Amino acid sequence: MSSILEISHLSLSFGGVKALQDVSFRVPENTVTTVIGPNGAGKTSLFNCISGFYKPQQGTISYQGKALTGIKPPARAALGLARTFQNIALFRGMTVLDNIKLGAHVHMKSGLLGSLAYFGAARREEMAVRQEVERHIIDFLEIDHIRRQPVASLSYGLQKRVELARALAMRPKVLMLDEPVAGMNREEKEDMARFILDIREEWGVTVLMVEHDMGMVMDISDHIAVLNFGQVIAEGQPAEMQNNQQVIEAYLGTSDMESLRKKLNPDREVA
Amino acid sequence: MRIGDAKQSYEADEAILTSSTQKIWFALFLLALLLFPFMADAYLLYLSCLVGIAVISTTGLNILTGFTGLISLGQAGFMGVGGYTVAWLSANTELPFPVTLLLAGLLAAAVGILVGLPSLRVKGLYLAIATLAASVFLHFIFAEWESVTGGMGGLSLEPAHLFGLTFQSDFGMYFIIVPLAVLMVLAARNVFRTRIGRAFIAIRDRDISAEILGINLLHYKLMSFALSSFYAGVAGGLFAYFFRVVTPESFPLSMSIFYLAAVIVGGMGNLLGGILGAAFMTLIPEILKLLTTALTPFYPNAPIFMSPMLEIIFGGLIVGFLIFEPHGLAEIWHRIRRFFSLWPFKN
Repeated sequence: MSSILEISHLSLSFGGVKALQDVSFRVPENTVTTVIGPNGAGKTSLFNCISGFYKPQQGTISYQGKALTGIKPPARAALGLARTFQNIALFRGMTVLDNIKLGAHVHMKSGLLGSLAYFGAARREEMAVRQEVERHIIDFLEIDHIRRQPVASLSYGLQKRVELARALAMRPKVLMLDEPVAGMNREEKEDMARFILDIREEWGVTVLMVEHDMGMVMDISDHIAVLNFGQVIAEGQPAEMQNNQQVIEAYLGTSDMESLRKKLNPDREVA
Repeated sequence: MRIGDAKQSYEADEAILTSSTQKIWFALFLLALLLFPFMADAYLLYLSCLVGIAVISTTGLNILTGFTGLISLGQAGFMGVGGYTVAWLSANTELPFPVTLLLAGLLAAAVGILVGLPSLRVKGLYLAIATLAASVFLHFIFAEWESVTGGMGGLSLEPAHLFGLTFQSDFGMYFIIVPLAVLMVLAARNVFRTRIGRAFIAIRDRDISAEILGINLLHYKLMSFALSSFYAGVAGGLFAYFFRVVTPESFPLSMSIFYLAAVIVGGMGNLLGGILGAAFMTLIPEILKLLTTALTPFYPNAPIFMSPMLEIIFGGLIVGFLIFEPHGLAEIWHRIRRFFSLWPFKN
């Protein structure tokens, strides 16, 4: 299977804090790939590097075989890298419908004059986007009853779903989901898992996800990368990860502190 | 009760006026605007022209501050650019008013883009200070570039003209100002039905996420500055045609604050709010003056007491509205609409 996204030797630090150290893994095309790891492991930092919001000091991210280095976030969005955010980032001043339509921004062309007159091509483009959003996204995610509501009035689970809708309006090739089911109840989680699988199967979109809910991760992932203290400690299929000694140590801890220190700082002599 | 609201097409659903009731009311409103000058006296005509100019400028500032979240204290400066452009063109060329106003708007937009350049780096109050600096700088140019602006004495203008018609009286100016105000507010409404308006609001609400979702921040912030200053430039041009003189003191810093107050009192990020705010800020001082005159027969000393009080009462009213109506005057209107949308079944 060819990989759509390949991260190689990525390092990112803020002052003395090393958020990512020599991170390498690949995201096979048309899979659900999940990055897991304890809090502070660098998962969201990794997403921000892929989005182009953080600039890693070393390493490259290649997307469809081309390096993304130097490409600004809006241009990356136009290339088909869409994402949702860990702490919901909807635009509170807009309705659900407008939030979703905003996702299509990069694929629209109308300029200021067309907008002011709302005439001709600008109007047709708006109508085409409305139709696409209604028929493919709002219908698919079952949010037609809330399309007129301001996003601030929605429950947490629905806000997450609207955020997913907005990312889908970006016509993604890679959809990055930062904790898509955090804080949801069982029913909402099951809905979200179903949507993610459908997006992969029916839309042919590659999903890259960060998630803590192990039940869901093991159920729907095709490929898993485990991050701890900014390093990839294991990568492979869900079943392999469940039995990997390092992964278990990272999550449950180990009584052998020396081995952990050595692993993190292989060069330094342990005092 | 709001009924008969079902739509057959997305086009009908995205229209500005969606129900026949709305269309009827809007038509009546336009008719009233058309008939008003034939019935109003000179004073009301004068005031309505001022409100029209204020509506255009407030709508412009609302696009920038209310919708894009960029606080600007440069509005008077941009209006000045428009005013001086019109004054200079009317003294040196024979261009008719639609051309001079367009050029005034475009030049103001160009200046707006320059002033907006720091907005990528600085936000909030820091941007307000940067725009304040720009407006001081513009004031300096108006006062000192004598060969073009006439220095402190300013420039006086010929009346606006088009196809041999001259618009000398307030009555004539009304038919330039008010249709232009209606048109420009509708154009602003259109912008917020499209991708550009959504990009502005996204920048206001969460600029970092907006960028990751594909919105080029600098591009859209500058576009917002340009659009806003275009409105200011046209308003300034109308101001020049209306008073037929521009001096550096025609566009003082307090005017920028006046428009910022109009946006906030009316309702930030709400076009109707901009209109109501502009009307409120223009008319309340006049209404207070009228009250004083009305009181004089009963209290002969009323003018002496009241004239220093007017500013205080005006300020108090603004503070009062901010406390009791934090979302602006537009919120009152929305409450009335909500009430009638279910009336008489629930209230």
